[in-house]
Amino acid sequence: MKPTKVTNSIRALRFAHGEMKQADLAQAIGVTRQTLIAIEQGKYSPSLEVAFKIARVFQVSLEEVFQYPEEETA
Amino acid sequence: MAYEEKRAWALAIIAVVGYAVYVLLVLGRADGRPLAEVPYAGAMLWTIGLGIVAGIVSGIWFGIAARDDGLQSDERDREIGRFGEHIGQSFVAIGGVSAMALAMVEAAHFWIANVLYLCFVLSAVLGSMAKISAYRRGME
Repeated sequence: MKPTKVTNSIRALRFAHGEMKQADLAQAIGVTRQTLIAIEQGKYSPSLEVAFKIARVFQVSLEEVFQYPEEETA
Repeated sequence: MAYEEKRAWALAIIAVVGYAVYVLLVLGRADGRPLAEVPYAGAMLWTIGLGIVAGIVSGIWFGIAARDDGLQSDERDREIGRFGEHIGQSFVAIGGVSAMALAMVEAAHFWIANVLYLCFVLSAVLGSMAKISAYRRGME
């Protein structure tokens, strides 16, 4: 299985928010710490619901948390 | 390592070890006879039964070990679980079709039971490997 093309800024946002621990963010959004690590590393694209929860924790828009690069046209 | 990933490892190992024990028991009893005449039902039932018990015990063990970790499974675990089941399911179907074909040609019960057992084992192992791969390498 290929890793997701979606990138994210969760790590930077955690550090910008008082160096929030992965375990604390995981608990806040209702996933395991291993899942949060997988999301941060781009190995897993979360559901929309979890994505919105992450954005809400950091009080930013969804696109400030997740980015999806433009497809290159041939 | 996620709780469900540990369980996937445990189930794969239990399936392989259980089947290896079964094969060794049956081959040990063969003693020059054709395999279809070797008594196999007891060994098969015991290794399947002990495998189920070992799977339950390992799940409880991992659950106790991770009791302070908070949430033990979430949407990613469920998604990976479904993916693994989907991969493993193909071997259950192959086993069913193979057993049906063997029954049609009136093969010995030994071969019908064994092709089913082998496919159950392959289903468990392949399904677990697919889950472990999804945990390690990620999934879209």
